[in-house]
Amino acid sequence: MSISFESLEELIELINRIHGFDLSGYSRASLKRRISRIMDLYQLDVSGVKDNLINTPGFFNNLLMEVTVNVTEMFRDPAFYKVLREEVFPYLATFPHIKVWSAGCSTGEEVYSLAILLKKQGLYDRSFIYGTDINANVLKKAKQGIIDLKKMKEYSDNYLQTGSGDSLSEYYTARYDAAIIHHHLRRNVLFAMHNLVSDGIFNEFQLITCRNVLIYFNKQLQDHVFNLLHGSLSLFGFLCLGSKETLRTENLREKFRLINKKHNIYQKIA
Amino acid sequence: MLNLSSHIVKKLSRAEVLLLACSAGGFKILFDILKTLPGDLPVGVLVIIHRNAKYETNIEASMKEKCRIAIKVAEEKEPIEAATVYFAPAGYHLLVEPDRSLSLDISEPVNFCRPSIDVTMQCTAEVYGAGTAAILLSGANQDGALGMQAIRSAGGLCIVQRPEEAEISTMPKAAVALGAADLILGNGELIEFAQQLNNYLTSGSHPWKN
Repeated sequence: MSISFESLEELIELINRIHGFDLSGYSRASLKRRISRIMDLYQLDVSGVKDNLINTPGFFNNLLMEVTVNVTEMFRDPAFYKVLREEVFPYLATFPHIKVWSAGCSTGEEVYSLAILLKKQGLYDRSFIYGTDINANVLKKAKQGIIDLKKMKEYSDNYLQTGSGDSLSEYYTARYDAAIIHHHLRRNVLFAMHNLVSDGIFNEFQLITCRNVLIYFNKQLQDHVFNLLHGSLSLFGFLCLGSKETLRTENLREKFRLINKKHNIYQKIA
Repeated sequence: MLNLSSHIVKKLSRAEVLLLACSAGGFKILFDILKTLPGDLPVGVLVIIHRNAKYETNIEASMKEKCRIAIKVAEEKEPIEAATVYFAPAGYHLLVEPDRSLSLDISEPVNFCRPSIDVTMQCTAEVYGAGTAAILLSGANQDGALGMQAIRSAGGLCIVQRPEEAEISTMPKAAVALGAADLILGNGELIEFAQQLNNYLTSGSHPWKN
């Protein structure tokens, strides 16, 4: 089943009116695919989706769960983490406290990757990492810090490629078919709901990662989010975007220094 | 001179975007086609090839020097311009927005592939409708067959590499089996087609033509 662009607009309007959730700045092509997927999953046509949005408690949350893309892995793009360790951490080490924000953290793999990287560099004990997402279900999973053991093999390969020099297994305990991230790596970590579209600045950070989130937003919403991220960074704090995301908001470009072009790492200079 | 039937010529005359897609065994013929395309092609071209995001490739950079048409990696939210070839970046699905700009998506692989040919074809057909033209080349899985079907249903033009001449015939065969081919061309014919493309494309009434 597939929803037309016209019906998609109606749905966006309905969701905003009934659930107060604004999807109007989301890229339509991707949203269209996700909604069509939900229609297949629940065997619903457009009017069925509308009916459920209005009358079925909990349906909106399930829809939101499917709409947001929750594909993530530990140490995704190992080269990015290598650059982070080599080019950004030495600078971060000069701050007395290091506050990190992983915006759009999904099930938390990136948060734990950052925790491990900070631990290895001896910075973890004076760091605190916030992971935020719009989706309560993924945050619940993130808090548990439990990862499918089968996936850990791939993550271990990723970790090796970051050149940290030790093994990922130093940081988790495996039992049966699951791995749990060590307790001390979950101590300086907090997961919370935050919507980049509608929520504001909630702290001041030395490092923000917001990778592969902005590709789902239109240019206007991207501008809004870039301003929010800029306002959330301390002076000389770092912003990491996905490899295909560029900081192109006019008034902000001169307020950042490009640290690494390939991995889209910026430093706030004004 | 390639002899095209009148309904193919008609479909071509209203084409506003061209898709080229291949997987295993299709790179050479794809590059031959790209090298042949004129530098002033009146439509934009989207290229989807399966490749592993974990290994770096410089296909775009090496093609740039050899082609008359402009070659680049697709960037998110950039408008599709005529006379430009946009490669889907490895590891992302390439989508087309209703305003005819490109966007990227890192959701689950489709047919074990990201970029998936089906995904780009389906959403191009949804935006460009009958103005979509596509060429599906060699490949070892069935990605692209459903996409070609979507383009055909939208009234667009679907060309498939002749399976016997494809290095790996699974992909073109799957599209043919679904009845999603308007035209099946051999390798020599594909090059001739690329050479003559401007004659057909500019023969229509395009907004950029006075």
